[in-house]
Amino acid sequence: MGQAYSAGLTVTDSIILKKERILPLKGKVLVKKGDKVKAEDVVAETLLPGKVVPFNLANKLGVTPAQLVNFIKIEVGQQITKETILAETKGLFGTGLFKNEVRSPVEGEVENISSVTGQILLREPRVPVQVKAFIDGIVTDVIEDEGVIIENKSAYIQGIFGIGGETIGEIKVMVKSPADQINPQQIDQSCQGKIIVSGSFITYDAIEAARKNGVKAIITGGIDDQDIKKLLGHDIGVAITGHENIGLTIVCTEGFGKIDMAKKTFELLKKFDGHKTSIHGKTQIRAGVIRPEIIIPLDFDEKELVTKEATMPVLEPGTLIRVIRQPNFGKIAKVISLPEELTKVESETLVRVLEAQFEDGTKMIIPRANVEVIET
Amino acid sequence: MQYDEKRLTRIVATDCGSTTTKAILIEWVDGEYRQTIRGEAPTTVEAPLNDVTKGVINATQELEELARLKYKNPNIKFMENGEFVIPRKGDVGVDAYVSTSSAGGGLQMMVTGVVASMTGESAERAALGAGAIVMDLIASNDRRMNHEKIERIRELRPDMILMAGGEDGGTVKHVVEMAELVSAADPRPRLGSGYKLPVIYAGNKDAREEIRNSLKDKVDLIVTDNIRPKLEIENLGPARDKIHDLFMDHVMKQAPGYNKLMEWCQGPDHETVPIMPTPAAVGNIMQAIARAENIEVLGVDIGGATTDVFSVFTEDFIFNRTVSANLGMSYSISNVLASAGLPNIMRWVPLDIDESELRNMIKNKMIRPTTIPSLLEELVLEQAIAIEALRLAFEQHKEFASGLKGMQRQRDISEAFSQSTSGATIVNMMTLDLLVASGGVLSHAPRRNQTVMLLINAFLPEGITRLAVDSIFMMPHLGVLSEISTKAATEVFRKDCMVYLGTCVAPVGKSKLGKPALYAKLEMPDGSVWEEDIPFGEVRLIPCAIGEVAKATLKTHGGLILDKDKNRELNIDLHGGTVGIVLDTRGRQPFVLPTEKTQRIDMLKKWMREFKAYPETILS
Repeated sequence: MGQAYSAGLTVTDSIILKKERILPLKGKVLVKKGDKVKAEDVVAETLLPGKVVPFNLANKLGVTPAQLVNFIKIEVGQQITKETILAETKGLFGTGLFKNEVRSPVEGEVENISSVTGQILLREPRVPVQVKAFIDGIVTDVIEDEGVIIENKSAYIQGIFGIGGETIGEIKVMVKSPADQINPQQIDQSCQGKIIVSGSFITYDAIEAARKNGVKAIITGGIDDQDIKKLLGHDIGVAITGHENIGLTIVCTEGFGKIDMAKKTFELLKKFDGHKTSIHGKTQIRAGVIRPEIIIPLDFDEKELVTKEATMPVLEPGTLIRVIRQPNFGKIAKVISLPEELTKVESETLVRVLEAQFEDGTKMIIPRANVEVIET
Repeated sequence: MQYDEKRLTRIVATDCGSTTTKAILIEWVDGEYRQTIRGEAPTTVEAPLNDVTKGVINATQELEELARLKYKNPNIKFMENGEFVIPRKGDVGVDAYVSTSSAGGGLQMMVTGVVASMTGESAERAALGAGAIVMDLIASNDRRMNHEKIERIRELRPDMILMAGGEDGGTVKHVVEMAELVSAADPRPRLGSGYKLPVIYAGNKDAREEIRNSLKDKVDLIVTDNIRPKLEIENLGPARDKIHDLFMDHVMKQAPGYNKLMEWCQGPDHETVPIMPTPAAVGNIMQAIARAENIEVLGVDIGGATTDVFSVFTEDFIFNRTVSANLGMSYSISNVLASAGLPNIMRWVPLDIDESELRNMIKNKMIRPTTIPSLLEELVLEQAIAIEALRLAFEQHKEFASGLKGMQRQRDISEAFSQSTSGATIVNMMTLDLLVASGGVLSHAPRRNQTVMLLINAFLPEGITRLAVDSIFMMPHLGVLSEISTKAATEVFRKDCMVYLGTCVAPVGKSKLGKPALYAKLEMPDGSVWEEDIPFGEVRLIPCAIGEVAKATLKTHGGLILDKDKNRELNIDLHGGTVGIVLDTRGRQPFVLPTEKTQRIDMLKKWMREFKAYPETILS
């Protein structure tokens, strides 16, 4: 076989991006097709149903569920306040003496009354939710009552792993080379609101300094597993992240441990030092893979907004690859050949391999599963 | 509908997994069904392709290419214009195409019951038996406040809900209350927003009307027979059947490309063969083996994200399946570390390795799940993690595979002093006949000896147990194939799927290291005799090829026992396999590893040498 498909992360100085911005429930879209939007703009909003409060009214009143209907003062759909009397008994011999009344514990609406269980369901007032554009761009489509599709041209980097949600800031590269790492003392008030870039690693102390100084996000080659545990207060068992609330977003471009940031990624970030950037740490490594994204919007003409048909990266002689497992983790090489037959590697596993040449000229046999294509 | 070999001469079966679509070709060759060719391709349910059939086409193309090479016939093809040609006409086409699927996260369900350990557990058993992952069990007595339950139901977004609760004729209040909570949560399905969430009601039949009133406007309500009509009766069949129908009609139709895939799955008369959830198909085949051979079977399938354990125990062939949703070797590998703890993993590693390096290695495997261990040291570490993943999944299975809880049980005098209660586990390692392994880390271990070592260390079989492995992971394919041809499925299972690894003999009880534990005399088929009085704390591996039988005389010392009747002497036939016969005198109940590090590493190396698990380079 002369070629094979292989997974890879996208790192490019120019891509046409398409982002769906959808409400969790149907609501109102605030922009129209053709509108130019900024990342911070609200594009759609809705009201989420309030919390449901179950309340056993029959118990509170001291009657059976079947008797409840004789004493109830409310009906389904009725708006209520904390003062609303939900039900009351008629008192001793119907005289009103020793009568028992039950008031609503919350403000909202009556959702259901059950004569089987004696339970009523009260719904608290609705909660407003807004969806922002997240990227500077043009609204190219409106999904009625649900949201919009925004397109733009961007420099674009996919991270391998991240934590923390969507945020926007300016890139500030704080190291000289992809092998360097930020010293915590470097992080001061000048970093407030910025997305700071380290090289091969970020220490826990540097993350703490960033949090204190109002940094929006950190981009780093590697991070230590135990530092993430310290930050979150628990170990990450399954890589489904993005909802953490730690005051900033962290995106790793390479993995866990000290690993030099890929040269291409570092050069790209350097090129756009000072540029406005949208970034998120959402990662889901399961069905429906989601990787963190670093999106740097570029000037563009609307005619340019034509998305290329998606293709799988191909391994073939000449393809640039990065090794993504020991030995030689992180090194860049060029594919020389793709032998067809299964080959036994050191662990005695029989696998499909490729022959590759590293930048220093040495050649090596590597399992195809342990490389990713660097898209050029 | 079943077909014979006249109608079924060539069949393609696929299993669309979360990451890989595996295709096999089954053919009628020289008077028997055989699995002849295997191909695979990445599954394509995700962007950018978003169509599962693309992966099926790619995997089938690999089958076609390999078939042309094998039969030196360039005209062979199974598909034309991107679709299967059914039935076969000479070199072109196949007689049937069948498939299982776990892509897109498989079937994800939430179940409800009144008492968690009774109707709740029955509902869970029905869902698991139907091949689902149970996201949560919500019960009236699960100690969560009602508003917390509502929040939970709302945030889960399952594919469907199964509601149980109450015996027929009993109180309706609790099960109706649960329906009110479900209704208040107004749950939404995971895939697609254009349809109502299917909810199966399988509880007290007297509550049906009230349940309808509560739920009919909010969900797609399906009512079926009570799962627990009486406390002492469990009736899972009707609920399981409904789950399968809904899986096809609702869940599958929402997944990308599945409409087309469902049309493709056909027998020779163009009738549809339903797509089965992968674990349901594996369960089918496990039960078929247990019944056909009249044995107790334990099976495990360890994947990247989840580990499934299946068992068929007791003379009634009671089937149980559990899914440990977050124990696996790639996506979930980090969770194995979190659940087992580092010391439990390190106890199987015969190397001195830096802790933080190991932690970062595990995390890197999690974020790049398709990589494989190229270095021997990394293989040893991954296999240590696999032992713990298997052990934890088995613990969960033992707890779940139990008799019905909550029943009054009459005891006779012999039971009066025993500790058994209702709901005790039915998993008995001493009576187990066959342990079957499946899943990448077990099926594709570089040496089958490693598979044997992993199985024994993780499951700790007791007495005499045969070990086998699913050669190339085709149990799901055969499980669904049995729907149209039991003959083809069982023939291929015996001849091509199951690879017998050998037999493990493990006396139960404890003793002191070095004291005599087991005298074994094995008369081999070639006439040679193997004989030793093995001390406690040792492992011996005696080669005995597949299909061969060694006549064994076994005698234990120091109170160790060999079988369920507490025999200490046995004359028995031990079956060989690709690895051989393992005599394991390391003790059971308890099985103890030395706590002191140097002593533990020395012991591990000694055992690994006996198992011939790794090259000497890493053990010296």
